[in-house]
Parts: sequence; structure tokens; C-alpha cells
Amino acid sequence: MIELAESIPAWIAVPVTLLLIAGSLITLIGTLCLVRLPHFYQRIHGPAISITFGTTCFVLASMLYFSGLGLRPVLHELLISAFVLLTAPVSAMLLMRAAVYRDLRNTHKQAQHDSAKSSQPPSA
Amino acid sequence: MNKLLPSPLLSVSLIVIWLLLNQSLALSQLLLGGLLAWVIPMYCAPLAIKGSRIRKPWVLFRLLAWSATEIVRSCINVSRIILFRRQHQLNSQFIRVPLHLRDVTGLAVLSCIINSTPGTVWVEILPDTHELSLHVFDLHDEAWWIDTIKQRYEQPLIEIFEGASQ
Amino acid sequence: MSLLLTVALYFSQFCLLLAMLCCGIRLIRGPAAQDRVLALDTLWMVAMLFILVLGISFGSVLYFEIALLIALIGFVSTLALAKFLLRGEVIE
Repeated sequence: MIELAESIPAWIAVPVTLLLIAGSLITLIGTLCLVRLPHFYQRIHGPAISITFGTTCFVLASMLYFSGLGLRPVLHELLISAFVLLTAPVSAMLLMRAAVYRDLRNTHKQAQHDSAKSSQPPSA
Repeated sequence: MNKLLPSPLLSVSLIVIWLLLNQSLALSQLLLGGLLAWVIPMYCAPLAIKGSRIRKPWVLFRLLAWSATEIVRSCINVSRIILFRRQHQLNSQFIRVPLHLRDVTGLAVLSCIINSTPGTVWVEILPDTHELSLHVFDLHDEAWWIDTIKQRYEQPLIEIFEGASQ
Repeated sequence: MSLLLTVALYFSQFCLLLAMLCCGIRLIRGPAAQDRVLALDTLWMVAMLFILVLGISFGSVLYFEIALLIALIGFVSTLALAKFLLRGEVIE
């Protein structure tokens, strides 16, 4: 399944290996946060790890590998990392605001419901 | 000049993105990228926010370097907490930070930095008191957080975008 | 050296699959709608990373464009979903 080039010099292989392992472990930890933690407000902190650190590690690994193989600098992976680093905060902020807004609306509805119930005469 | 080239920074970044996407420095790509970098900012000019400009670029670089190290540090902290801490020992709370920064671009940069740092998520700015509401993953000392955000992030941003170094 | 890299590639693919599985669990179980949107967003991101790893293992630069497109589409769809949760409609 994996088709690597025949001869990869050690100065590429070792850093790429380290970056791949670090990035995949960090990504896994970030998504474990989604499963383990009990509240939404705690879970939202998990993907931030995998997005910032994991993406940077994988992008660096890919850049290093292709630059070493092709013997010319391959820089266009930087676009992915720049794009992800710029957009992930925006989506996290919007999701957080949506969650807070929905929770506030739910508690408001609940309070209205309760007060309506308690103000009803017991005979009704 | 101002009409033809509304925002030079946007033009430069557009041409850099175009060349990176095509991975070439050929004359044709340079011309095409230059055309795009000239035309797109003219159509985007009505969307631009007036009055914000970067006054001290070197402070911006220092701020970005600081926040990069902070991101790596808190990545390690948060992953340690996720892996080894019991859930009921977690102290996740909303805190409020009073802000002096008023510039819109500065606030946007601040929100991006805060949201990129694992462990803190920006909720919103309360409109009547201009306080920032913030959710912290593991709160140990509220005053420390407020101090850090005000001194490390807000002070440089005020210097960069509003020019007055208080 | 090639063996070392092969093992690392298999390991990271395995880890990313596990990460996608975690997102999938939260996507199915999540009690509130915002949990599901968060899980879907993370799933997109992990899939993008997976495709980058595939690009390394097949030695082809073409996978880069797919990863970039996935990142773009994921961002736009997350924004639309979050806006929908916030307001009840996407475009006002």
C-alpha cells in the first residue's frame, strides 16, 4: 500500500518520522477530549490542540519529505497551515457563541415554563 | 494611487498565494497573479475597515512569536490534563476581562490569538461594559489570567493599532 | 531508513483512524446539536490530515490540493451550521 522511494537519506527520514508520530499522537489526544469530557464547554478545547499543533506537525513533515525528495523547496503546504490557523479560531468562536446562546434560551424557556406552571391555580 | 491600489498588503499576499499555489516563478504566472492582485482589492475595497493600520510591525512580530511559544506550552499542558486528570478535578469556568482595546482589527487579532491558544475560548464582548467574556479550560487563578491577557496580548495590540503606548 | 518511515506512516494512519472514530462516537452520541457540529468539524480536520499522510505515503503532490479543498469546504460548512444554530437561518 505504501510506495516509498528506494533511498531516503537519514536526515529526512528521522525528522519526518518524529513529526508524524508527534502530530498523530497530539491529534488523537485532542479527539479523545471529545469522548472523555462531560460538558460541551470542556470539549470545545480539545480540537484546538489537534488543529494547531497536529496540523503544523503534519504540514512540516510533508514539506520536509517532498523538499528532500524533489531536491527543491516545496512550500505550498504552508498555505494549508496558514489557512487552518486563520479559520479555526473563527469557527470555534461561532460555535461557542451558538452554544451559549442556545443554553441561555433553554434556561429562559425553562424558567418561563416553571413560572407559568406555578402561577396556575391548583384546581386547573 | 490610492484608488488603484487600495490595500498594498492584500495585493502582496494575493500574489504570494497565487505563486505558492502554482509553484512557479514563470513570467506568465507572475503576470496573471499580478492582474489578480490588482483587480481583486479594488472590488474588495468597500468591505475594508477604515482607519486600522499597523503602526509598529516589529511589536507585531514579537507578539506573534510570544503567542506561538504560548500555544505550544499550553498544548502540552492541556493534553496532560486530558490524559491524566480526573474529570471532577477540572475547574472550567467563564471569566471576565475588562478591555481597553477599541480598535476593530486589534480585537479580531486578539480573538484569533486567544482561540488558537488551547485552553481558552473567546465567547463575546459584553456590549454595555466592554468586558471580554472568556471560557478557561482549567482555571487555577483568575487574577493571573486577567493579568496575562492584559499585559501580554492587549498592551502590544494597543501599541500596534492605536499607537498610544500607555 | 525506508523501513522506519513506513512504520511511522502506518502508525500515524492508525492514530488518525482512531481519532476519526472518536469524532464519530461524539457525532452519533452527542446530546446537543452543537456537540455534533463540533464533532463534524473535527472530523473534517482529521480527514484533511489523513489525506496529507496519504500524500506522503504515495509520494504524490496531488493530494495537497485535495487537502486544501477539504479544509476550505469544512470551514464554510462549519460556519453555515454554527450560524444556523445561532439564528435559525443561514442567510438573513
